[in-house]
Amino acid sequence: MVVAKHTLVALVADKPGVLNRVASLFRRRGFNIESIAVGHSELPHLSRMTIVVGGTVTMVEQVRKQLDKVVDVVKVSDITGGSTITRELALIKVKVTPATRSEVMQIVDIFRADIVDVAADSVTVEVTGDEQKINSLYELLRRFGIREVTRTGCVAMTRGGSGSLVVGEKPLKTQDRKRKKTS
Amino acid sequence: MKMTGAQIICESLVREGVEVIFGILGGAILPLYDTLPRYPQLRHILVRHEQGAVHAAEGYARATGKVGVCLATSGPGATNLVTGIADAYLDSVPIVAMTGQVASPFIGKDAFQEIDITGITLPITKHNYLAMDTGSLAGIIKEAFYLARTGRPGPVLIDIPKDFQIEQAEFRYPSKVDLPGYKPTLQGHPAQIKKAAKLIGEAERPLILAGRGVIISGAYAELKYLAETAQIPVVTTLLGISSFPESHALSYGWLGMHGMAYANLAVSSCDLIIAIGMRFDDRATSRVSGFAPHARIIHIDIDPAEIGKNVRVDVPIVGDVKNVLKVLNKLLAPCKHIDWVKQLDNWRREHPSIEIRDCEELLPQFVIRKIYEVTRGEAIIVTGVGQSQMWAAQHYWFDKPNSLISSGGLGTMGFELPAAIGAKIGCPDEVVWSIAGDGGFQMTIQELATIAQERVAVKIAIMNNGYLGMVRQWQDLFYDKRYVATKLNCPDFVKIAEAYGIPGLTVERKEEVVPAIEKAMSEPGPFLINFMVEPEENVYPMVAPGTSLAEVIEEPKKKTKVVYNSAKL
Ligand SMILES: Cc1ncc(C[n+]2csc(CCOP(=O)(O)OP(=O)(O)O)c2C)c(N)n1
Ligand SMILES: [Mg+2]
Repeated sequence: MVVAKHTLVALVADKPGVLNRVASLFRRRGFNIESIAVGHSELPHLSRMTIVVGGTVTMVEQVRKQLDKVVDVVKVSDITGGSTITRELALIKVKVTPATRSEVMQIVDIFRADIVDVAADSVTVEVTGDEQKINSLYELLRRFGIREVTRTGCVAMTRGGSGSLVVGEKPLKTQDRKRKKTS
Repeated sequence: MKMTGAQIICESLVREGVEVIFGILGGAILPLYDTLPRYPQLRHILVRHEQGAVHAAEGYARATGKVGVCLATSGPGATNLVTGIADAYLDSVPIVAMTGQVASPFIGKDAFQEIDITGITLPITKHNYLAMDTGSLAGIIKEAFYLARTGRPGPVLIDIPKDFQIEQAEFRYPSKVDLPGYKPTLQGHPAQIKKAAKLIGEAERPLILAGRGVIISGAYAELKYLAETAQIPVVTTLLGISSFPESHALSYGWLGMHGMAYANLAVSSCDLIIAIGMRFDDRATSRVSGFAPHARIIHIDIDPAEIGKNVRVDVPIVGDVKNVLKVLNKLLAPCKHIDWVKQLDNWRREHPSIEIRDCEELLPQFVIRKIYEVTRGEAIIVTGVGQSQMWAAQHYWFDKPNSLISSGGLGTMGFELPAAIGAKIGCPDEVVWSIAGDGGFQMTIQELATIAQERVAVKIAIMNNGYLGMVRQWQDLFYDKRYVATKLNCPDFVKIAEAYGIPGLTVERKEEVVPAIEKAMSEPGPFLINFMVEPEENVYPMVAPGTSLAEVIEEPKKKTKVVYNSAKL
């Protein structure tokens, strides 16, 4: 049973308390949420959540089904492994001196990140990308001294023309059969 | 038409067909109570503790299949409901709990008796609501009842700030609900059902495990057809008791920790399980790795999240049990499993499990058996939790559909009395017996006042063993008989009943048992019998925690395990 990171995407009612319902369910079923990001979707009164959790396929499938039972959750899919785009945004405040400033700027350039604020002894870098890209930039900047980091958590979408989360679409069924062999 | 929020609530309840509400009032729910007298079709039962209200609503719902309703004020009134809401959640009981809340401007200010009850009940409700204005009340109530009774039933809570009960809004009761995130799957997948039929046709030792889903779905006839046509023995779960007549030739009792040895052996040696409307609770399966080692599993349930949760499943079928069985039954070819049924009959002969030994002492098992005989098995039995619950489930013979009401998932002591009140109010023509433990009875004993005030004709049998018996049994078996904090010094329950105006009797000897039960039955109103039963009697059979069902212990004195050799099969 391999524990791996899973990305769940959920379409949820845009109502007070929904984030709480979702987060509480993960806590109750013993899951650690690595990140959760919420915002408006293309549909009125519906928000889209991207939730990253670690677990075995069986565990994540169980939590996906439990999540699907939450009345305010319209639809939820595990889009792990498929062809997906995942992005995260981070703001990193790095210490600089006149001697290191240009080196920092160079690294930022290579990562196609931006410097969005400059102070006498620091710069703030904005970077967008998948988790790995952000981690590598962070590692490179670490030796200059990091003042502060804030990350949005991952947002994700499947590639290609069709929306993966059309309302009314049948939930994934294949997981049921797959699970039988792994358990 | 413009109405106050309180009127809107009452109008909505009337439209949902509510006939009885159990509750206790307080400041935050007072406007609603003030309006109640204008709706005489909504009978209000004043309980003595909100836990009584919610268990009574549960008893009503479990006995009738209709949605039970309870009412409480904010703060402590609301928190007193929590145990019963959790109980309803775990046993899939449709109830709607309504709580008053402090007026909306005070929310978040830690106002007097303000508590976040929607937050507290988030993990124990199917859904809950904090009303945000008067205009939304009708829609919320419509949704709440719909959610409570459809799909996998469960409790729904509505928290209603006081000002929204007073303010006016236009009342129009919606004819439909709009819940895009809630679409229970009712019809089973035809291809999956076909697979199930094929497995049933191939099986040599098939076994049906029937749960409360059969009762909720009203699939008694379909289950019987399935069992009889394909000649498949039926074992139930504790909550599945009375989904299939226990005196039927194909009925082999119930499984689990205190289930019959032959039922547990059947599970351990079958080659196919058809699990219907049950959820493989750990008290039923015991050690999962040793559960049904030779069996493939077909699992029929309305809740997709139950499938594959605790045990591996070969053929999952999500849908309403009755619908699925109807389709499945059409695909069945009549067959026989003569050797398998004979094997089960032998096990039943060798391990009778529920024989009552002949002795001088007043055994609780004997009392239950006599209640069965005198009521001719026609009563609704409402149990508490513990030994008395297990004996009631073992020694009463449940042939009548939905005749056992018991707290299974939560195992709530104190359930027995208020739930019996609700059952009797829901089914006034039925005889309702509450089988209480002396411990559990004292947890909701105050509801005797409700019984007296409302003249609820429940019959109460207290299995007075002077102990928190089930826990004492565990101390006996697993803690070297160190009886820490399990001895009870009970009051004179008959005197207590008398003080409430309820007649009663104490029974100490075997020969008094039947006359006492007959006396209770002949009384038109409530009656209490205090049975002074053998204090240190243990419940058997027993599957010790952490062992597998096949290791069921049947002979208590010798503690010998039933020898079961699957190689023989
Ligand atoms: C509210 C609650 N508290 C504690 C328990 C733990 N418990 C399970 S059975 C039991 C003893 C029940 O005693 P009694 O009601 O006298 O029934 P008996 O087992 O003696 O028949 C206890 C304390 C429980 N199930 N529910
Ligand atoms: Mg007791």
